[in-house]
Amino acid sequence: MIQKLFFYASPQNFYPLAGKLWPLFALLATALSGWGLWLGMFVAPTDFQQGEGYRIIFVHVPVSWMSMVIYLVMAFWALLGLTFNTRLSGMMTKALAPTGAIFAFLSLWTGALWGKPMWGAWWVWDARLTSELILFFLYLGHIALTSAIDDPRRADKAGGILALVGALNVPIIYFSVKWWNTLHQGASVSLTKGSSMAQVMLEAMLIMGIAFWMYAVAIALYRVRSIILIRERHTQWVAELPEVKAQMMKNSAGGAIA
Amino acid sequence: MIWNSLNDFWAMGGYGLYVWGSFGVTALCMALEMVWVKNARAQALTQVATELAAESNSKEWS
Repeated sequence: MIQKLFFYASPQNFYPLAGKLWPLFALLATALSGWGLWLGMFVAPTDFQQGEGYRIIFVHVPVSWMSMVIYLVMAFWALLGLTFNTRLSGMMTKALAPTGAIFAFLSLWTGALWGKPMWGAWWVWDARLTSELILFFLYLGHIALTSAIDDPRRADKAGGILALVGALNVPIIYFSVKWWNTLHQGASVSLTKGSSMAQVMLEAMLIMGIAFWMYAVAIALYRVRSIILIRERHTQWVAELPEVKAQMMKNSAGGAIA
Repeated sequence: MIWNSLNDFWAMGGYGLYVWGSFGVTALCMALEMVWVKNARAQALTQVATELAAESNSKEWS
């Protein structure tokens, strides 16, 4: 098992594995989001307090969860990369950041669209909202920092440290509704008290959460393959990839005509 | 079924703008991201192939 993990820690072995896995996760994401949307939009009843407006929960909560989960996964890869000095870790961290940034943005966007009708304001400087905004900036900072440094190994190190330090913000977001008096409502699902929602609402929300998780995995695996190609472009195994050979044929055919 | 008509469904009990604004922008972002990673892969393959071709060319000449 451990040996297998080390085997796939090499970009050369991970590249084909990621190529086989991403369609699987994409399929799961499609099927689950279809199911979750059906439950959320056609089966779940109207909320007695918020009417139909509460249905924003079926995207707002999943994207917010994922914005936090992705950052923690980035921190995990960063820790691995900084301790074992594995090349793949930095590539995975880099592949996850854009998706995390999109989810953090969507969390703020859907939150604003929910806040306006319910609180009467698109935005308030509430602890939950402010810490999520900081998370969004941490993602953007990570992308800017790693793309500003030319040497990939140094970029990975700097990005790794930012990912690790920034991870402190994630528990702050999660517990902000407990630690401070916030306008944002408390957790609808908690490990200790269970759920305060109707069963079918909770199910739809969890299914959408898993669907977005699968989406994030699929897109990160897809993106990391491009990063591997670029970073390993001087190696023999990349030169021998069928897709690279096919591209070279296409290029030379185009060159002959021109 | 909880909706009486299609209009009812789109109206979302008066919250249509907020609900569809959330779902729509989320779907749009995901669609854009998919196009974006597809383009990045095509670009990476082109760059790798171009550089490899240049390398083998310079080897032939030297």
